[in-house]
Amino acid sequence: MEPLTWTGALGAYLNPVFTLAVLGLILTVASYLLLSAVENTKAVFTTGPQNRQGPAPHSEALADFIFPLSAITALLGMVYLLAGIVTPYGTAGIIGELGVRFLPVWIALAVTFFLSLTYKRKLGLYGKLFDSPIGMVGFAIVMFWVFTAIFVSMDMVITHDPLGQVSGMKNKLPGTPLRGAAEGDYTHYLLGGDNLARDVFSRMVKGSQVVLVIAPAATLFAFMVGITLGLPAGYFGGKLDTVISFMANLVLAFPVILLFFLLVTPEIRAAGIQIPGTGYIWTVPTILASILFLFPLVFLVVLFDSRYFTQPAKRNLYVGLTVLIGGYIYLGLAWDADPFDLISIDGGVLIVFVSVVFVNSPTVFRIVRGLVLDIKTRDYVAAGQTRGEGPWYIMLWEILPNARGPLIVDFCLRIGYTTILLGTLGFFGLGLSSESPDWGTTINAGRRLLSIYPHPAIVPAIALMSLVLGLNLLADGLREESLKD
Amino acid sequence: MGLFILRRVGVMLLTALCLTFIVFFMTNLYPNLEKLAKTQGNFRMSDEAVVSYLTREGYMAPLPVKYGRWLGVLPNHVFTDQDGKTTGKCIREGVNTAETAPRYCGVLQGEWGYSSVFKDDAGSIIAKRLGLTGWLALLAFAVMIPAALIIGVLAGMREGSRMDRTLSTFSIASSATPEYVSGVIFIAVFTSSAFGLKWFKGSATSAMEDFTWANITLPVATIALYGVGYIARMTRASMAEVMTAQYIRTARLKGVSFGNIVVKHALRNALIAPFTVIMLQFPYLLTGVVITETLFNYKGFGWMLVQAASNNDIDLLLGGSVVAVIVVLVTQLISDVGYVFLNPRIRIS
Repeated sequence: MEPLTWTGALGAYLNPVFTLAVLGLILTVASYLLLSAVENTKAVFTTGPQNRQGPAPHSEALADFIFPLSAITALLGMVYLLAGIVTPYGTAGIIGELGVRFLPVWIALAVTFFLSLTYKRKLGLYGKLFDSPIGMVGFAIVMFWVFTAIFVSMDMVITHDPLGQVSGMKNKLPGTPLRGAAEGDYTHYLLGGDNLARDVFSRMVKGSQVVLVIAPAATLFAFMVGITLGLPAGYFGGKLDTVISFMANLVLAFPVILLFFLLVTPEIRAAGIQIPGTGYIWTVPTILASILFLFPLVFLVVLFDSRYFTQPAKRNLYVGLTVLIGGYIYLGLAWDADPFDLISIDGGVLIVFVSVVFVNSPTVFRIVRGLVLDIKTRDYVAAGQTRGEGPWYIMLWEILPNARGPLIVDFCLRIGYTTILLGTLGFFGLGLSSESPDWGTTINAGRRLLSIYPHPAIVPAIALMSLVLGLNLLADGLREESLKD
Repeated sequence: MGLFILRRVGVMLLTALCLTFIVFFMTNLYPNLEKLAKTQGNFRMSDEAVVSYLTREGYMAPLPVKYGRWLGVLPNHVFTDQDGKTTGKCIREGVNTAETAPRYCGVLQGEWGYSSVFKDDAGSIIAKRLGLTGWLALLAFAVMIPAALIIGVLAGMREGSRMDRTLSTFSIASSATPEYVSGVIFIAVFTSSAFGLKWFKGSATSAMEDFTWANITLPVATIALYGVGYIARMTRASMAEVMTAQYIRTARLKGVSFGNIVVKHALRNALIAPFTVIMLQFPYLLTGVVITETLFNYKGFGWMLVQAASNNDIDLLLGGSVVAVIVVLVTQLISDVGYVFLNPRIRIS
C-alpha cells in the first residue's frame, strides 16, 4: 500500500483554490478589523450601520466580502472532507478518508439538524438555539463529539484497536500504511502511530467516550450538590448560609491544582480513617464519594416529597422508588458494596470523578445562592408563602424553575471547564491509567517527543479544544437566546 | 472600612488555618508517610523499619499535635536514640545543641522545615522558586491584561457590530484553549522539525538565568492566551453596559466625539468590573503556571509543587500551599477593597 498524503490526488486541483480562499478571508478580516478600529473612533455615534449619517466608511465595503468568502471557504472545506465518500479509497487523501470514517456522524448530524430546523418553533429554548448562528455552530461541534462517542461504542468510526500495538508503526507519520495488514484490517494509520505504535486516530475517537461520559456526569453531580446546598442557603439565610458559604469559600480558596495533586494519588486510595473496633478503613475517596453522592439522592427525595405530600400514595411510590434505585446505585458507586455486584466503579475513575465534582460544586453553590437571593424577593414567591406552601416546595418548584435559564447556560460552560479539568488531570498523569485513551493522558504521553513527532499530542489537543469551544459557543448562543424573552 | 478589612483579615486567617490543616491531614495519611519513609530510606524497608523511622522523625504523634508543632505553638519533637544522641527539627550540628536549640520551631518562628526532595531548607527553596515564577507571571500579566482590555473595549464599545462578533469569537476560542493544549500546539508549530519553523525554543530552562525572545515567548504566550479570553469577555460585558448608560447619551447629545466618549467617559467606569476579575484571575494563574512550567521545564514554583507533590515532600508541600493560599486570599481582599475604592457608590458599613 502507498502512504496517504493529506489531500491525495484531489489536492492537486483543490489546494490552490482553497489556499487562495483562506488567504483572501484572513486578509479581508484582518484589514476590516484594523480599518474599522481606526474609523470607528471618528465615526458617527449610532447603534447600527443602517441609520448612520454621512458617507459609509470603507470598512463596511470590506465587510460585505467576509460572508461570501467564508461561505466559499467552508464549501471547499466540505469538499475535502466529503469527497472521499464518492471517490475510490485513497484519492481524497487522509482528510477525505477521515470524512469517510465519520460518515455515520455526518448522517446523524444532518438528520438532527433537519428535524430541529423543521420543528424549531415547537421546541422551546432548544428550538430557539437554531436562531443563533453561533449557537448552531456550537451545537454542531458538541453533537459531532456526542455522535462520535455513540458510534464508537457501536464499533463504527474507529479503525483499529486503541490499545493494540503493531510492530513497526512506532511514531509513524499520518497516512502510513499498516505493516503486515491482514485481510479485513484497515490499511492505514490515518493520523499516524504514537510512541507505543498504537493508532492515534482510534485512540482519539475512543477518548471522546471517556470524556463525554465523565464530564457531563460530573457536572450533573456538581449541580445536584450546588443546588441542594444553594437553595436553602439563599432562601433561609442566617447561620446556615454563613456556615455553608464559609465552607464553599474554603474549597474555592484551595488552588485546584494542589487539591488534585493531594487527592488524586495512588496512595490516597488506600489511605483513610480506620473505623475503631473493625478492620475497615474509611478511605478518602469513599469519604468524599459517600458525602457527595448523597446529595442527588437527597435532592430527588425532597423534590418528590415536597411536590406530592398531599397525595401520600403517589408520594410513597416516587420516594420509595428513588430510595430503592438511588440507594442501590449509591451503595455500588460510593461504597463499592452492591449486594449483587452489578454496579461498581474503578478506583481511579472514582477519585477523578469525585475530585472534579468537589472542585465544581462550590461555584455552582455560589451561582444558585445568588439566583435564589434575587428570585426570593419576587411577588410570586410571596404569593406562595401566603398560600401556605412549604419552604422546600417554594424552593424546588417555584424558585428553581425560574432560575433555569442561567443554570442551563452555566451547565454548558461547566461541562467545558470539567473537560479542561479532566485534561489537566490526564496531563499530569493523575488518576486514570496511563493506557487510558482519554485526551489529557494522550497529550501527556505525546508531549515527551513533541519536537520530533508532534502528531500524537496535537490530535487529542485539537479534539479537546474543539469540544470545549463547541460547548462555549453553545452556551453563548443559549445565553443570547434566553436573554431575548 | 478599617473594621471591614480587619474582619476580612480574620476570616482570611481562619481560612488559611483550615486549609493548611487539610493539606496537613492529606500529606500525613499513613500510606503517604510510608512512601516518604521508603523514599528517604530504601524501598525494601520492612514495616517495623518504617515505623521506627517515622517514630524517630516524630510522624507517629497524633495529628493535632503534629500540626501544632508545625505551626510552632507546641514544643518541637525531639528524639533521643539508644546512644543518647538527640535529634530534632531545629537541632543542627555545628549550630546549636539539644540544650540550646529553640523549644518551639514552626512556621510562626520562621522555620519552614526541611525539603526531603531538594535536601535543603524549604523556606529558601520556596523563596527562590517563587522569584523565578514571579518573573514569568509578571511577563504573562504584562501581555495578558493590556491585550484583554483592548479586545474587550473594542468589542464592547459597539455591541453587536461585526467587530464585536469577530473579537468575541476570538475570546471564546481563547478561553476554550487550556494551557496544555496551546502549549503543545505552540511547541509543535514553532519549535519542531516537523513544521520547519524553528523560531523559538521548546524549553524555557535557560530562561531561568536570563530571558531572551526565543526562550520566554512561548511560555508567556501559553499562560496569557487562556486568561485573555475570560478577561476580555468580562470587559466587553462591562463596556457594553456602560455604553447604554444615560450619561453617555447626554455626552453624545452635547456633541462629544465618539473617541472622547469611549476614552474619557466610558472607559473609567467600564474598568471597575474587570479589575475584580483580573484580581480573581491570580488563583487560576497558579494552575496555568504549574502546567506551563512543567511543559516548558521552567523550574519555578509550579514545577517545585509538582516535584513536592509527587514525592510527598511534606514540608515543601505545606510551605507551597501556604504561599498559594495566601496569594488567593490576599488577591480576594485586594479585589474587594479595590472595588470599594474604585466605585464610590458602594459603601461598606
